Amino acid sequence: MPSGLGAGAARRAGPRRRGRGRGRGRGRGLMAPPPSFIWTRRIVLTLLTLFALIPVYVMVSSSLKPLQDVTSTFRWIPDPLTLSAYHDIWFTVPLGRYFLNSLIVSTSAAAASVAVAIFAAYAVSRYGFRGKRIFTTAVLATQMFPGILFALPLFLIFVSIGNATGIPLYGSRGGLIITYLTFSLPFAIWMLTSYFESVPRALDEAALVDGCGPVRALFRVVIPAALPGIIAVTIYAFMTAWGEVLFASVMTNNTTRTLAVGLADYSTQNNVYWNQIMAASLVVSVPVVAGFLLMQRYLVAGLTSGAVK
Amino acid sequence: MTVSLRRDAPPAGSDAGRGRGPAPRSRSGRLLQRIRKGGLPYLFLLPALLLELLVHFVPMIFGILISFKQLTLFFIRNWTGAPWAGLGNYRLVVDVHGAIGSALLHSFVVTCAFTVLAVGLSWLFGTVAAILTQDSFRGRGALRTIFLTPFALPVYASVIIWAFMFQYNNGLVNELLHNVLGITSRPSFWLIGHNSFFALVIISIWRNWPFAFLCVMAGLQGIPRDLYEASAIDGAGIWQQIRRITMPSLRAVNQVLVLVLFLWTFNDFTTPFVLFGASAPSPADVVSIHIYNASFINWNFGEGSAMSVLMLIFLLLVTAVYLLGTSRRRNNA
Repeated sequence: MPSGLGAGAARRAGPRRRGRGRGRGRGRGLMAPPPSFIWTRRIVLTLLTLFALIPVYVMVSSSLKPLQDVTSTFRWIPDPLTLSAYHDIWFTVPLGRYFLNSLIVSTSAAAASVAVAIFAAYAVSRYGFRGKRIFTTAVLATQMFPGILFALPLFLIFVSIGNATGIPLYGSRGGLIITYLTFSLPFAIWMLTSYFESVPRALDEAALVDGCGPVRALFRVVIPAALPGIIAVTIYAFMTAWGEVLFASVMTNNTTRTLAVGLADYSTQNNVYWNQIMAASLVVSVPVVAGFLLMQRYLVAGLTSGAVK
Repeated sequence: MTVSLRRDAPPAGSDAGRGRGPAPRSRSGRLLQRIRKGGLPYLFLLPALLLELLVHFVPMIFGILISFKQLTLFFIRNWTGAPWAGLGNYRLVVDVHGAIGSALLHSFVVTCAFTVLAVGLSWLFGTVAAILTQDSFRGRGALRTIFLTPFALPVYASVIIWAFMFQYNNGLVNELLHNVLGITSRPSFWLIGHNSFFALVIISIWRNWPFAFLCVMAGLQGIPRDLYEASAIDGAGIWQQIRRITMPSLRAVNQVLVLVLFLWTFNDFTTPFVLFGASAPSPADVVSIHIYNASFINWNFGEGSAMSVLMLIFLLLVTAVYLLGTSRRRNNA
């Protein structure tokens, strides 16, 4: 596939696209589709909408029910409505602490991951060097490893480092941050490379002529031009860290536990507080869903330009 | 000339004056410059490289080493001192007549069935949705947002919601199938017994089809509109266009998409773990949870690592064959 396609997709999805949506838009256009197609479209898209939304509806509606209504037969309309679950979630389990832990870990991991990925992507997109192909392949290959294969060794390595140097990696947020940042790193490098390639080289070459060093050119020219992409990748990295469970369950202790593990606490008590679980699920989903939906078009662009190459 | 040299000048520009001269005077100066010139990209890559080594490659090598050791809870404090087991762990886990080997084989078969079903249907849903929303119509933007929502939710939150919907007494699924639609004569258990396999498949599809939708949608944007216009002039209907133009143009996207879905689904730990806890019911006992169980519940890390290594080899083989096969087809096409 021509690599120009990726750059095109990134640009097309950017804010400059505004105005193109008018009229017939892209797509097949031209002729009105036949009724068979229209009806297929209506039916299939309705079914898919129901499939996608029913669980979301269940979460929202159940979070508004009192406890006895979620332990008996399921009812579609919550009656009576109550917000008490949203109050109780903070006291049944230390949700605030879990939330804070998740926030610290995910924010730091996302920021660090993007910072590391920016330099790597800059090298890949602007320089030809020996081992470039090996590097990009190896980084993507890490996606293939079953997490379970390196969960235990990593745990043991962190414990050993802790014993040898006194840096507590196991059970600390630091260890989790390092782990998570490498999880989002491959995709971050991949997507940022294609964003950087969509920034015309003439721009940073002009900066170099004006006497900037490569690092200054990166910060003054390339990063500002690719900023939407960088924000999208940051959100992606944040989501990755926010949703990870395996390493969160192996690497954390009581004080550093994150939401991914902490939510299970609602059901290990004597009672399963389904209304509170649903309320808590909603509360922990809001930050990532909002970020994702705001940034979806940039994510699409990044994913495609990587995928079509 | 100046441009190309400037480009490789060090950021600080400490001895830029000498480096930028017409020609470096000494051999050593030239060597230094070459290192600086060639070394810069490596310097940029260094942090990424070190982190990937620390978290992925070194632990993986240790994991492979552990698979040759008798590492049980007894040796966990001093794990380098655990006795070597040679191929003992491997012999144990591939012995399909023994208890451990046959359980692993069962788990492997379950995982393959789960992966094929979940990936196939996720891909199908995503592709159909993307193609049907290719033309603009009223409400298309809203539909896109709705379709992407499942992918945006944290995995564990979505699995918890589904676990609630699959409850025996108070779940939506039994209410819908039994009371509203009357399909089943009595409520079914979804999280134990045979149904647990389907529960897992459904959740995995719900979670992953939006990703397929996203990728295919993006792939569709790369198809030039002239193709459709030309075929319409030649009298092709919309179904023919989809078959003759859209599907072949998506081949490149599909090649990556199916592979990524396959690897994610096969290695998926979060979904079964949040749904079933550390030990899944036998019909839904996928490999990731099986290995977790062997390692962290039975505290036999040597065996667990041997199983992981076998799975990794399997994934490598499948990926290699897949990439070879699909690339050749693409080149021939």
